Amino acid sequence: MDIVSIVRVALRALTRNKLRSILTMLGIIIGVGAVIAMVGVGQGASEQMQARIAQMGSNLLIVQSGSHQAGVVRIGFGATKTLVPGDEQAMLQEIPLIKEAAAGTSTHQQVISDNNNWGTSIQGTEPSYFDIRAWEFDLGTSFTEQDVAEANNVAVLGATPLLNLFPDGSSPIGKTIRIKNLPFTVVGTLQPKGQSGGGQDQDDDVYIPYTTLQKKLSGQNWLSNISVSAATKETTDTVSQQIVNLLHTRHRIRAGQHDDFDVRNLADVADVANAASNIMTILLASIASVSLLVGGIGIMNIMLVSVTERTREIGIRMAVGATEADVQKQFIIEALVLASLGGLVGIVFGLITSWLISAIAQWPVDVSILSIIVAALFSAGIGIFFGYYPAQKAARLDPIEALRFE
Amino acid sequence: MSISTEQLDVTAGRNGQPAASPGKDVPVIYFEGVHKIYDLGEIQVHALRGLDVTIQRGEFVAIMGASGGGKSTFMNLVGGLDRPTRGLYKLDGVDVSKLDKTEMAHIRNRKLGFVFQGFNLLSRTTALENVELPALYARLPPAERIERAREALRIVGLAEREHHYPSQLSGGQQQRVAIARALMNRPSILLADEPTGNLDSRTSVEIMGIFQRLNRERGITLVLVTHEPDIAEYAQRIITFRDGKIRRDEKVAHPQNAEEVLKSMPVVGSDD
Repeated sequence: MDIVSIVRVALRALTRNKLRSILTMLGIIIGVGAVIAMVGVGQGASEQMQARIAQMGSNLLIVQSGSHQAGVVRIGFGATKTLVPGDEQAMLQEIPLIKEAAAGTSTHQQVISDNNNWGTSIQGTEPSYFDIRAWEFDLGTSFTEQDVAEANNVAVLGATPLLNLFPDGSSPIGKTIRIKNLPFTVVGTLQPKGQSGGGQDQDDDVYIPYTTLQKKLSGQNWLSNISVSAATKETTDTVSQQIVNLLHTRHRIRAGQHDDFDVRNLADVADVANAASNIMTILLASIASVSLLVGGIGIMNIMLVSVTERTREIGIRMAVGATEADVQKQFIIEALVLASLGGLVGIVFGLITSWLISAIAQWPVDVSILSIIVAALFSAGIGIFFGYYPAQKAARLDPIEALRFE
Repeated sequence: MSISTEQLDVTAGRNGQPAASPGKDVPVIYFEGVHKIYDLGEIQVHALRGLDVTIQRGEFVAIMGASGGGKSTFMNLVGGLDRPTRGLYKLDGVDVSKLDKTEMAHIRNRKLGFVFQGFNLLSRTTALENVELPALYARLPPAERIERAREALRIVGLAEREHHYPSQLSGGQQQRVAIARALMNRPSILLADEPTGNLDSRTSVEIMGIFQRLNRERGITLVLVTHEPDIAEYAQRIITFRDGKIRRDEKVAHPQNAEEVLKSMPVVGSDD
């Protein structure tokens, strides 16, 4: 029998018992819908996490000044004074895989504008820092390398100090603020970044050249950290190891001695976060797949009933010349049509559910075309898989017995 | 599957038979020492015990006998729905007992037409689509399929009922649809298993009239199982089965002519 005729026969058989067909399809509809919605929720969460991680800077390594041991007393990170601007220069010269680096040191100061003041953290850094962290400017630009070289009094404001120092919304570019009684010219403001994963306000900082901070605010000549971006995500581990080796040499740390620095690889953090969100997606999808499996069993059940009910029809078809393959094909296609129709409706159902979740629960949902295609193919596969046994049973019927069936 | 003339020659020459000249002289049905034993676990039922039958092309044969005599078993074997336990069955010179299930299905599709007592039409399927069914399995293109189905319905006098469902047709009309379906792939043999068993006497004669016409005008070989002696009288030859063997095999000297019988019958009871 040609495929058009088979599909027509299948559709007729299915419409003969509409309620039963719809109820059977419901299993697949709910299954496919659940898979699409759940994978969408998982993907949405994953993408939000990716965005957060991207905000921290891509391929980011942070070299932190390390712990310090005085006798048996161990003092936490940032306690040593051995991380210096020279380390940064050496890294840039000797490790070609490093794309950019930025020295960092900080202090806490009261910042004063014309009529307002705000206590905030002052970050001493370099222009490359904004590149490394992939932070966007709202107004103005970064201070320059020259500002760093000359230790000029220039500042970039985060969104929170901006709001508190210039509450009227006027542009602060070119205006003067005072930090520890020194006048600083505002050259740029950053776009708001929101809270970090830990709930910290990432916008509550004022950025100035680290040289200015060292010479005019803190009087310290050491750094608390150096931010480094590796050329690619894959090279972060290599770069990390090369930095460790370089600093071992420069800081004259012998084997067995404690490091006076620590290299944190944010790509590792990203990998862990990705792995976690993938596990969540897989978990949600597997739970949803169970309902798809149940739907498939429903199809098998109904197809078995259908084969029994239509024993006589099968007998007639065999008597007029249907081969076993013809009968088998007919029932498999019937199951396939049932499952595919269920799958199509399920896709629509899944899209609506995803939309409702994102609209009502404010949860980011990302339904990919791939998950729709996979769901469609999967439901068709379920039809074939669960239709196979009933179809086989139909094909194996003895035509004489089947014709005698009442 | 197609059966070439060459094949017919080769097979006909076996078993010490006089090598038949090609074509018409090969018996359409040839049984030699056929046994059929049903193994029902505890007991064995010996349904056919060494059957020898030859039916020539264009014959109209009635099969009679008490139930349990082997009629149905014989029909199932002839119809390619079952195989002999022992013995030889050649259909159009081809040894059917050597074919696999798929080849048997093709034989049923191309060479045989079935007419049953209970009509066995697909419900909720129009007369035309019922008639088309064998052509679907013969993979005939749609246009030719419909054309042939219409022609078959015309032959049995139901051209104007092609869109009726079986439930909208009388018993006689349903049986005519079944005959049209049997004719669909232009078979050489029509097998009818008690085709008039569910019909009143006038309709029965009408159906016999169709069979006689098909036999006369189209040369279709007819094998008809019945237990009504007056129905058997329309055939040219009556074979009577008993205990799995042929008890009598005789020519009918003067077969009834359905058309003439109809003329003498009262019109009351016609369901057309």
